[in-house]
Amino acid sequence: MRKGEITKVSGPLVVARGMRGSKMYDVVRVSEERLVGEIIGLSSDMASIQVYEDTSGIGPGEIVYMTDQPLFVELGPGLIESIYDGIQRPLDIIRDQTGDNISRGVEIPALERDKKWHFKPVVKKGDAVKSGDLIGEVKETVLVTHSIMVPHGVEGTVSAIKEGEFLVTDTVCEIKSDKKVTSLTMMQIWPVRQPRPYRERLAPSFMLSTGQRVVDMFFPIAKGGTACCPGPFGTGKTVIQHQLAKWAEAEIIVYIGCGERGNEMTDVLMEFPELKDPRSGEPLMKRTVLIANTSNMPVAAREASVYTGITIAEYFRDMGYSVAVMADSTSRWAEAMREISGRLEEMPGEEGYPAYLSAKVSSFYERAGRVKAVGTPEREGALSVIGAVSPPGGDLSDPVVQATLRVVKVFWSLEDRLAYQRHFPAISWLNSYSLYIDDIAEHVNKDIAKDFTDISKEAMKLLEQEAELQEIVRLIGVDALSPEDRLILEGARSIREDFLHQNAFHEIDTYASLTKQYNMLSICLRYYHQAQEALARGVAFSDIVGMEVREKIARMKYQPESDMEKITSLNDEIDTAFKTLMSSGIQQEQAGEDADVREGIDTESEKQARSAT
Amino acid sequence: MIKEYSSILDVSGPLLLVEGVAGAKYEELVEIYTDAGEKKRGRVLEVDQDKALVQIFEGSSGIDVQNCRVRFLGRTLHIGVSDDMLGRVFDGLGRPKDGGPDVIPEALLDINGAPINPTARDYPNEFIQTGISSIDGINTLVRGQKLPVFSGSGLPHNRVAAQIVRQSRVIGREEQFAVVFGAMGITFEEANFFIQDFTRSGALERVVLFLNLADDPAIERVSTPRVAFTVAEYLAFEKGLHILVVLSDMTNYAEALREISAARKEIPGRRGYPGYLYTDLASVYERSGRIKEKKGSITLIPILTMPEDDKTHPIPDLTGYITEGQIILSRSLYRKKVSPPVDVQQSLSRLKDKGIGKGKTREDHADLFNQLIACYARGKEAAELSVILGEAALSDLDKIYLKFAQQYEEHYISQGENENRTIEETLDLGWKLLRMVPRSEMKRVRDAYLEKYYDKE
Ligand SMILES: Nc1ncnc2c1ncn2[C@@H]1O[C@H](COP(=O)(O)OP(=O)(O)OP(=O)(O)O)[C@@H](O)[C@H]1O
Ligand SMILES: [Mg+2]
Repeated sequence: MRKGEITKVSGPLVVARGMRGSKMYDVVRVSEERLVGEIIGLSSDMASIQVYEDTSGIGPGEIVYMTDQPLFVELGPGLIESIYDGIQRPLDIIRDQTGDNISRGVEIPALERDKKWHFKPVVKKGDAVKSGDLIGEVKETVLVTHSIMVPHGVEGTVSAIKEGEFLVTDTVCEIKSDKKVTSLTMMQIWPVRQPRPYRERLAPSFMLSTGQRVVDMFFPIAKGGTACCPGPFGTGKTVIQHQLAKWAEAEIIVYIGCGERGNEMTDVLMEFPELKDPRSGEPLMKRTVLIANTSNMPVAAREASVYTGITIAEYFRDMGYSVAVMADSTSRWAEAMREISGRLEEMPGEEGYPAYLSAKVSSFYERAGRVKAVGTPEREGALSVIGAVSPPGGDLSDPVVQATLRVVKVFWSLEDRLAYQRHFPAISWLNSYSLYIDDIAEHVNKDIAKDFTDISKEAMKLLEQEAELQEIVRLIGVDALSPEDRLILEGARSIREDFLHQNAFHEIDTYASLTKQYNMLSICLRYYHQAQEALARGVAFSDIVGMEVREKIARMKYQPESDMEKITSLNDEIDTAFKTLMSSGIQQEQAGEDADVREGIDTESEKQARSAT
Repeated sequence: MIKEYSSILDVSGPLLLVEGVAGAKYEELVEIYTDAGEKKRGRVLEVDQDKALVQIFEGSSGIDVQNCRVRFLGRTLHIGVSDDMLGRVFDGLGRPKDGGPDVIPEALLDINGAPINPTARDYPNEFIQTGISSIDGINTLVRGQKLPVFSGSGLPHNRVAAQIVRQSRVIGREEQFAVVFGAMGITFEEANFFIQDFTRSGALERVVLFLNLADDPAIERVSTPRVAFTVAEYLAFEKGLHILVVLSDMTNYAEALREISAARKEIPGRRGYPGYLYTDLASVYERSGRIKEKKGSITLIPILTMPEDDKTHPIPDLTGYITEGQIILSRSLYRKKVSPPVDVQQSLSRLKDKGIGKGKTREDHADLFNQLIACYARGKEAAELSVILGEAALSDLDKIYLKFAQQYEEHYISQGENENRTIEETLDLGWKLLRMVPRSEMKRVRDAYLEKYYDKE
């Protein structure tokens, strides 16, 4: 092994000389402790190395071992249900071997070496295969059938292949070309900084339903799409990411805890094996890969963690799965870049971030997409990416937020104002947006209800009107509004409280199918429409808002999916309630018993007075 | 092998550059002997070939380029720990300050510790009763949580912290908390307040104090929380004690960090604080928690004063991004003589959901909490409206809410400094106040609990 010599140590940055012949992004081992590092700068025979482990006690004169390999991940059976650190070391096995605290220089392979998997070939001797072709399958978990694919750069005729129990390092297949015979195992490696190839990019046209009402109904993300959720601390970024990891309609979840809390990873580790996937009824852990590089773990490995995660995700995408990646939080990743850049004494850009911040952010999100995979049989996979952003002070002019907004198509704006009111998810319905609404409209309208997008638009309009009216209320009080306007406020309030508000910790409310969402919102709107009509016919405003049926509307969210008729039956109940109200309400009005309530039919003079102001 | 040099090239601020050094290591501990015979300590911040950049804990006064000798100790900063440390007072680097004997160490530990493996963590879910309603009822603290107090200058954060230390217990258990207290840059008077309070309540022999006061060397502060956590980790995970770590004031800590960063001419981040402030704070705060199969735990209450009461200032902001919620003290409540002036709307305990409910506090806790918060928010809105439009413009219902909010502040949030309410008292008080509001407004409480608790009486 070739060696260099350390000349400088400054936190996670080490400089070494005698490094001629190494390449950018090669992995090295630093000192006799064999700390993992990666070359991030070269000039003559000097290399700048970012070290993925704590460098205390390391100094000039110590040795750097070159491996002449880039930072790569191991791909193969055994990924699912694993928890890795930022450079794919299995944290559970590390704990078994070295105890409760992470020590340095641990070398443990990512995929378990002594576990046998049942390999079932799907090609036979004599078949011609090329890169990306499926040669066999492994049932990895009840939810995941792991395709074994021909690694990139290999092509030829299958000269041997057998079914049976194998280790990931055993040869399962031999491929003969004119030049040589290649032995394939179930495992392949891939450099993390290089996107895995695909045959063709496809337009996003299917919704990635998430079970979260504000997301699916108003700001949906497409399969293969990108989304971000910036917000100040405590507004629910992690909760929304966890919710998506739990309930999103994806076949594989890769959750990257990037520079955040240790307890949040523990939460996932404890909860996911217990929770059941609403579609398959199997534990959610059976489709999940976790990457945990918490805030107290070495900062450089945080930089690598997002690449490790997305490469694993691409690998499953290539099998034809719909994969979703959550990264919490991309700001910590950017901060890691900033720290290394500062130590390299690079010229800083905005807020001290390196000038290439925005290029890095966009190339990360560009790895998302719905694609046709390389190889046969033909497979269509999707990789969706959802990143949390933690801007200082919640200030959206932060360079990381801005760089992210330039590439992602969905923006969920988390606001502390809503969080203080305990309106969760605290996603602002006024500032958020999704650019996929039109792309996915055709399919949702066909699959769920033909007016799915229509009611969504109508509800959104009501919410916007509410915001305008509230401006007026703030200045001159609610009494100045006409009953029609006050009804808009009531309708919008019902959408906010009865529909948008969703408690992640309530066993039923935590997830709502698209059908349930559609039914709930239709009910809210039905009440509003009927109320409009009743008001026009002279029913008093106070009688309308005081209707008992509203309590049932408020409780829709707690009805289990299996009791859907309890929600749909409200359609009739609302109709009946209004019929009764209209017959009695109008009589009362005529009897003039409603004197203490100023509402009712607007007098002409009042209308004029308002339009004059 | 210990090496000594007198080849100081440069002194600037708290930093010292030594040249001609062979074999210096990153983070290595250094001793500096001045001409006057004074001994100072430092650590290596960077080594570049034969040059070592050293941070001096006690500051650089008395150091001259010609005559000082610098000795490299060949190890990182360690501290000797022992359970005899309970009841003792140390300086910010862990040297006895109470005139008592040196501690005979049972173990010598690196003050930087090692990160807890996330798979080793156990989720915090045991309710801690602090006896303060605004915390127990609304922002419930659990064992192993990190819950900071965001305060402002002149607000009674020390009293709140002392009350928490005094009253905290896990109901149904006899084990007691031991406290590790790290003071950074607080005044003698403030430190004395805590010592007096611990003495009065008889808690002093369960406390380890690390004092770096306002007139102590500022740079030393950077190590104080690490020293405190090293002892806390030992007591919690080796000795099985439940430890409450109180750190005050993190603002002073961050300022010391800024001073070093400025001396190194690093590119400053927001308000001049270094770009790695988040990572640095996390390396301190994340040392708290629980570990599977270990008996003890570390619960952390860092106190910080927000400059200009600004929550978006980097120190509270980055703290909030690391801790599991925050207790915010409000100046406007304090002016209204509400004490402790906990701003229950902006405060949040993120782990409360796992620490409340049947078998922990009481079945109705979550619903009650949601309803109280909703009613209080509505009351505050009504209060705002009445400022603009006058109380007469409020609807009858809003008038009720307004009244509710006032009563809630006066009777629920406000309580005596020595008033220790049980969780039942806190919950019942919540119901008592809710009864001011019509039953039809109780939208966040399920019927069964309304019947059982609201209709009672
Ligand atoms: N959908 C929700 N339902 C109920 N509570 C929620 C929801 N979303 C957020 N919360 C509440 O808000 C708290 C903070 O949320 P979360 O931890 O996700 O914030 P965050 O934005 O990730 O903050 P940080 O940036 O500090 O990590 C949660 O602990 C929970 O109490
Ligand atoms: Mg979070």
